[in-house]
Order: sequence, then structure tokens, then C-alpha cells
Amino acid sequence: MSKFPKALIVLLSAGVALPAFAADGGKLGLGRPATQEEVSAWDIDVRPDGTGLPEGHGTVAEGEVLFTDNCAFCHGDFGEGIGRWPVLAGGQGTLTHERPEKTVGSYWPYLSTVYDYVRRAMPFGNARSMTGDEVYALTTYILYLNDIVTDEDFELSKENFTDIYLPNEANFISDSRYDEPFNTEKHQPCMTDCKAEPAKITMCARILDVTPSSVEDDGAGTVD
Amino acid sequence: MSDTTEKPAGGMNRRDFLKAGLAAGGAAAFGGAAAAAENDPLITEVQDWNRYLGAGVQAAPYGVPSEHEPHVVRCDVEWLTASTESSVNFTPLHELDGIITPNGLCFERHHGGVADIAPADHRLMINGLVDTPLVFTMQNLMRFPRENRVYFLECAANSGMEWRGSQFNGCQYTHGMVHCVMYTGVPLKLLLEEAGVKANGKWLLAEGADAAAMTHSIPMEKALDDCLVAFKMNGEALRPEQGYPLRLWVPDWEGNMWGKWLRQLEVGDEPWQQREETSKYTDLLASGKARRFTWVMDPKSIITNPSPQMPITHGKGPLVISGLVWSGNGQIKRVYVSIDGGRNWKTARIDGPSFFKALHRFYLDIEWDGSPLLLQSRALDEHGFYQPTKNELRAERGENSIYHNNSVQTWHVKEDGTVENVEVS
Repeated sequence: MSKFPKALIVLLSAGVALPAFAADGGKLGLGRPATQEEVSAWDIDVRPDGTGLPEGHGTVAEGEVLFTDNCAFCHGDFGEGIGRWPVLAGGQGTLTHERPEKTVGSYWPYLSTVYDYVRRAMPFGNARSMTGDEVYALTTYILYLNDIVTDEDFELSKENFTDIYLPNEANFISDSRYDEPFNTEKHQPCMTDCKAEPAKITMCARILDVTPSSVEDDGAGTVD
Repeated sequence: MSDTTEKPAGGMNRRDFLKAGLAAGGAAAFGGAAAAAENDPLITEVQDWNRYLGAGVQAAPYGVPSEHEPHVVRCDVEWLTASTESSVNFTPLHELDGIITPNGLCFERHHGGVADIAPADHRLMINGLVDTPLVFTMQNLMRFPRENRVYFLECAANSGMEWRGSQFNGCQYTHGMVHCVMYTGVPLKLLLEEAGVKANGKWLLAEGADAAAMTHSIPMEKALDDCLVAFKMNGEALRPEQGYPLRLWVPDWEGNMWGKWLRQLEVGDEPWQQREETSKYTDLLASGKARRFTWVMDPKSIITNPSPQMPITHGKGPLVISGLVWSGNGQIKRVYVSIDGGRNWKTARIDGPSFFKALHRFYLDIEWDGSPLLLQSRALDEHGFYQPTKNELRAERGENSIYHNNSVQTWHVKEDGTVENVEVS
């Protein structure tokens, strides 16, 4: 009792109302308003319609220097990818192949994603280190590596950014999984004699033998 | 002799142990109750642990697993990715039972390494199309009403390496990008209401504080429905690799949307088309078209035991077939098990809690006659969605989708009890 503040004892004994429970849907008044500078520091996303692009510009030539110094170590001088690091250029026309190569030029639907991602997460291990102009220059150079821009003097800027479309944009479709036969037929599953013949093994993992600690643990695939 | 079959001896690695177990299990002496009774020194002789005092309290202020369980760990596959900071490891499903994944065994998927953030330094900002952009400290967030929920989290790429054919010998690798824990957190709806979402605020961009500043667009309908901003998992603080101190929780949707190290929620009127929802986490079809915004995780199941990493070492006789089943569409209605490669099926027994959109544990108790088996399991959820076969899935999508492979898995159990990942006709 000795630790109990005297003032509180007085309040309680005087019958002062205890704090009310928050009403459903009511605000609790927690947190504080964000300042404009704080919002600007974190709100760096860019959308396909250009929303979020900063003022600035960059050329193919400027981009080439930056790319060689900051990106080529992983992505290769021509965006071909070193080892398992992402391939950035080429691959057009391979999406229906056995081993498609998904690059900015062959797969990515929107250029804004390149700007947004480079600015927020690249170079790998030194994120947020590029200026707005440098990101414009790198984005321009990646377009050049993919033959989407062919003029070496081309300059990308906030003003002309949304004039550029990536070639694969139209090939993105909405989720159509629920049109697939096994997702539309709501029948009772077969329980007996569901196959005319006994099941035969058609493939085994030991052919590839890529499981870690197995003899040849170097397989194919990706988790992207 | 029995001790070598039942627990790993010190100094043996997992593979040696399995080999030893198999060799012993093949011996005639291991026929069960009918085996000749020989005095077991573990019983007839007083053991050290029975004579001498064990460790006292506080020997391990934060407890760790028994030293006899060193093989129960997450594993990665080195050749899959260019660096460990942008990579994945896998939950050892074959070693677990029940439905809850221990915190230290939940698979990891990072895009820029594990961010190290002191909770006092963490901030969550809500901005964009809101009445008042707000900043919360962790202390602020702990004062909102909380909820506890058990949900599964599955990476969209789980089983992604198995599209073209059987590749990995182990359910840890084929299906180990899933876990199931109980989260404690604040409904996202309450935080959004605190900031006041404007009428045209139809999308939410969640961003992490890590070096990948991982982002994903989430429709507002989902955000207001059942998303949670979580700070506890299985009762304790989030593990660093699971987003400490704050993680977004997007039940039954792709794991990559469950933003770790959550620091920003921006409200907008359109999706942002970020890297992880355009160039990645989109499902390329054989036609060259690619599906995007494939959020829900479909019904799926996997037999975890026996499996390639967990062969049968006890010989013929009673055998517990055990596995996990789940569906992003809701509750599991039934799970079926086949021992002949899908020709005939039996309904397995689901045991333990059956939570909405959580992992379920199933068992089928059989008498193994020692002949080869082709084990499969097949999920059916409350809406009638079931797991397709691998061939059904490939016929619709081709082999380059990477994501959303929820097909039926086949394990070939051989006469000696070893198990292999196979495909069947």
C-alpha cells in the first residue's frame, strides 16, 4: 500500500469513473500522425501509370557505366546473368519453350516495376544507394540490353517513362484456375478400381539424384 | 541391438543411422511380439541416467531440443539459388507430428537476408489514401485488441521443383515450404480504421523493412476480412527469420504476401505491380500466357511417414501412415490414402484439432505385409475441391508454372522399407 500514489487513492475514493471500454469501431487514438518527410522517405513505390516516379532522367550511356560498376558482377555485362543470378536480357520468344528464359524483355509486364525494384532493393546488399537519376539511367540501359530501346542517345525521364511498354504485357491474364476441369467437377471421388490396370512407375527421383547429400546433388529447377 | 534401431547413436550422421536401422530392421529377430525374449541390458542393468543426477533447473534458460535430435533441422538445397540471403530452406515435415510447427523449424524464405531490428527501433506507417497517415511503435500496437489464430502458411513455390518429374527424395524438399503456427496479433482492420481509409482506397501495399524492402499488393477486401498484424508465434515473439518484430498475416494466401519485418501499409486505388507479383509469383502456362494474382493456396496433402527420409525400419506388421493435409479454401472434409498408386483409396483418420485453414494431421493404420507400396494421399475440402494428379495438372498448365503445384505425390515403398519419390501411370 505504501507504493500506491496518494493522488490515485484520493481519486478512487472520490468515485472517479474508470476508463471506459472502447466502443466497437471507435478509434483508440493510438499512434501519431506521420510527417510529410517521413512519408516521403518510405513511400517510394512506382506504378505502371507513372504514379510515384521522381523528377529525373538518365541515358543509355550513363546507365552502361553504372551497370558495369554496380550490376554486372551478378547480372553479367549484357544482362546474361552470372551463375544462378537473374538473367535480365534476352529470352524473347522462349516462353513456350521447354526452358523459358524470363527476363525484363521477354516476361516482365511493366517498366515501372524495373524502376521501383532497382530503387528499393538494388544493388543487392547496398539497397537505396542509387539516386533517382541513376535509377533512370540503369532502367534505360536495361531497355537497351533488351533491344526495346535501340538509340544509344536515348534518355529516359519522368516525362517519357509511360510512353514505353514492355512487349509481354498482354500475355498476363487473371487467375483462371477455377476453370480447370479438376476444379469444376465437384463429383464424389472414385474409391475403388479407379485405374483399369495396376499403377506402373513412370519416373523415379533417383534418376536425377539431386537430393542434398546424394551422390550427384546438382539438379534443375528454381524457387524464383 | 534394439537400441541401434530406435535412436541415433552419438557420432552417426542421419544417413549412417538410417542405413544401420535398415540393416537391423531386416534381421529376423525384429518380428514384433513373437521375437524370442532375451534379457535387455537396458532393463537389467542400472543405467547412468538412472543412478546419477541430471541437469538442474536453469541449465538451459531457454530450452533446446534433446541432443539426440540433431538431425531434426531445416535444410536448404545449395544449387537452387545464387546466395543464401535470397534463398529458402525447408521444414523437416518427416520428423514432426501433430499440426503445429515448432518455431525453430518453420521454413525460411528471404529475399535480402534476415533483418535485425530492435523492437524499440521498429515503426509501422500507414499512409496513402487515408484520412490521417499514422506512425505506430510496437508499444502502440500492443495496445490494440488482439486475436489468436492457427493458420498454415505455404510458399507458392512449394513443390515447384517437381513439375517436370520426381526430383527430390524427401518430403522436406518436395513439400517443406509450409508451416502452421498460432499467431497473436492485431486485426489489420483495426489499424486501417485508426487511419481512416478513404472511399477509393481499394488496395494495400505492404512493405517490409528488410534489405529487399519486400512488397506486395493486397486487395482491400482481403485486408479488411481476416488479415492480422502479428507479433507472436506459438506464444513467443516472432523469430527473426519470421519477421521479428512484426509480420503481416494473410491467411490461406501465398506465403510471399505475409510481409515480414512489416513497416509500411500504403493505401491506394490500384495494384502496384511490384516485382514479386509480376516477374515472380506469376504462373506461366504452356501457352505462354501467365496468370497473375493467383493468391489462394489450393487443397494439398502429403504423406510424411513413411517417406524417403523416413523409411520403414521395423519390418512387416503394424504400420502407421501419417501425413498432413490443408486447403486455402477452408476446412478439410476428407483425406484419402492409396497404397496401390491411386487405384483404390481408403478414407484416412484425421486426428487433432481441425482449425479453419490450418494444417490437419491424418493417419491410416495398416498391417504391412512387406510387399512394395505406391503410397498416395488426396485432399478433399469443404467446397468439393480436391487434389489433381500430376498429369491432370500438367495437362492444364504445362511444366513451367513453378507455383501452385498441389498435385498428388507418390512414394514407392520397397520391400526393404526404403522409400523413393516416383510418378505413376
